[in-house]
Amino acid sequence: MSGSVFPVRKALADRLSTLLYTRRGLLLGTLLLPPLLWFGVIYLGSLLALLANSFFHLDDFTGQVVREIGLSNFANLFTPTNLDVALRSTVMAIAVTATCAVIGLPIAYYMARYARGPQKALLYVAVMLPLWSSYLVRLYAWKLLLAKEGAISWVMHSLDLQWLLDALLSVPVLGGSSLSFSPMGTFIVFVYMWLPFMILPIVAAIERIPGSYLEASADLGASPAQTFRQVTLPLAMPGMAAGSIFTFSLTLGDYIIPQVIGNSTLYIGQVVYRQQGVAGNLPFAAAFSLVPILIICIYLWLAKRKGAFDAL
Amino acid sequence: MTSAVSLRAVSCVFRSAGKTVQAVSGVDLEVRAGEFFTLLGPSGSGKTTCLRMIGGFTLPTSGHIAIHGQDVSQHPPYARPVNTVFQDYALFPHMSILDNVAYSLMVSGVDRRTRDKKAQQLLDMVQLPDVAQRKPVQLSGGQRQRVALARALISQPQVLLLDEPLGALDLKLREQMQSELKQLQRKLGITFIFVTHDQHEALSMSDRIGVFNQGRLEQVATPDDLYNRPATRFVAEFVGAANVLQGGDARRYAAAEAIMIRPERIQLQWLPSDEAPAPRLRGTVREVQFFGSFWRVEVQADSSGPRLLADLPVPGSKGPPTIGDEALLHWSDEAMHIIEPAARP
Repeated sequence: MSGSVFPVRKALADRLSTLLYTRRGLLLGTLLLPPLLWFGVIYLGSLLALLANSFFHLDDFTGQVVREIGLSNFANLFTPTNLDVALRSTVMAIAVTATCAVIGLPIAYYMARYARGPQKALLYVAVMLPLWSSYLVRLYAWKLLLAKEGAISWVMHSLDLQWLLDALLSVPVLGGSSLSFSPMGTFIVFVYMWLPFMILPIVAAIERIPGSYLEASADLGASPAQTFRQVTLPLAMPGMAAGSIFTFSLTLGDYIIPQVIGNSTLYIGQVVYRQQGVAGNLPFAAAFSLVPILIICIYLWLAKRKGAFDAL
Repeated sequence: MTSAVSLRAVSCVFRSAGKTVQAVSGVDLEVRAGEFFTLLGPSGSGKTTCLRMIGGFTLPTSGHIAIHGQDVSQHPPYARPVNTVFQDYALFPHMSILDNVAYSLMVSGVDRRTRDKKAQQLLDMVQLPDVAQRKPVQLSGGQRQRVALARALISQPQVLLLDEPLGALDLKLREQMQSELKQLQRKLGITFIFVTHDQHEALSMSDRIGVFNQGRLEQVATPDDLYNRPATRFVAEFVGAANVLQGGDARRYAAAEAIMIRPERIQLQWLPSDEAPAPRLRGTVREVQFFGSFWRVEVQADSSGPRLLADLPVPGSKGPPTIGDEALLHWSDEAMHIIEPAARP
């Protein structure tokens, strides 16, 4: 056949696009190379550096890092003080995660199933609005709210509920001189800070459940409560698992909230911060930062065993 | 004959974004016990809304729905003795096939051994004995359809609702499932209410058919009546191919304002080779389509008359006419069906 009806592609860009079209692997590789490099070198690399550091130790006399492999840091982790910090952080992370899930699920359910149009947009804005302002600003705002002469205390006092607040604050371990100086306050602020990270993944998960599943469940005789337990909850689980990874790891790693609000008992983040900053003990800080990673791994393993990802 | 499902003056109005849509208006319907009843109509005609109101997923705005004599108009789905096969099958993705089928027994508190045994029996019945431990995603569309059927039948509902269950299947599988569904219905003897927009499916499976158009029930009749004696022009044209002549065109052939003639009841001859006396209509061949067993020929009548379809059987025919040939159409008086003027405005 003489003279093709297709234009002959000779320009470099044309030939390049033809090459990429015919070699799909090359295209994929080109697209994936930068993120893989980022992930491999910067992300995993720094994690490995952290791991390596945790095997070194600090010379007590010179204050210099001694680059010798040893397990002294890990032995140090098992001192009662450090175990106490790890345990307190974990309990706090679990409590914050569970509370976020309990508060977040109904909101997410409403957003995904009932809210429509402008109402839905408004709810999204309301959930994300806190993220628009600085973390520190919100934290200090809470400091004022929770303070002894703060808004919450004033409202309780005006409602003649001062006794309730006092009773709460006199609870051993959790209480304190005021909400802003008690673990209870730390907990409230943690829940406030991380709630959006729980709500949004659950909304996404519930939105993916077709209405026909719920109708089918009702059609087969399940009461609304049974439908929720048997269909909605299991299918919302991957969203809750994703959300709980956020709330759990954010709580475990945070070092500012417990510093501003609370009774100056230490959390993992603070210990890491102090060890690498004030004390200059980078190896021990590194070893301690592996604790949250380990706890998250255990958490994920448990979640998987419980079937949280079955509906993925 | 007792009626399995009865609808009295049922209407349904949807309000969304300030607009009101009258999905179903004033439907009266009696579905007899043990009957294969089909709700047929184009999309948006109200047939699915009607089925959803029987199932309880949508509540009627006005009117009454009774199932085996009991008024269930305002009952939720879980308090109605009906089960549904959904269009998308709605199998629970996080459960095994066995758990899916046993679902209604599980929620009513039947112990695991009994319900698993029963579910396995149902899977055997729909000829899928070996898929019990799989998940829905591992099954083909046709298999999922059968599982949905087994799940809906396990608690022996008095009425089974089927919402276009065959719509997602390819043609061969659909035809096979049509005959299987029909056999199953005959074997179990329960009432099937089937929604489809496919008139072939409706005609071949149903004992009776209700035709919906714009939220109203146009006609309820047996397939034979529906095809040969449609009550309205809409039914005539929706069910099968039809030539509807109106006004002056109709009065030329009968004392009526509207008549219908099915294409297969028109005999076609064409010039130059054929010449027969006194045809009913003379015209020109405009289009010829091949349908396997017949050619469908579109004839434009001379002097700005109607356009008619005539089916020319392939066996024993001398072949299709050419476009532009002069055509002669014949039909008997019995081939003409008079469509009475609509009773309602």
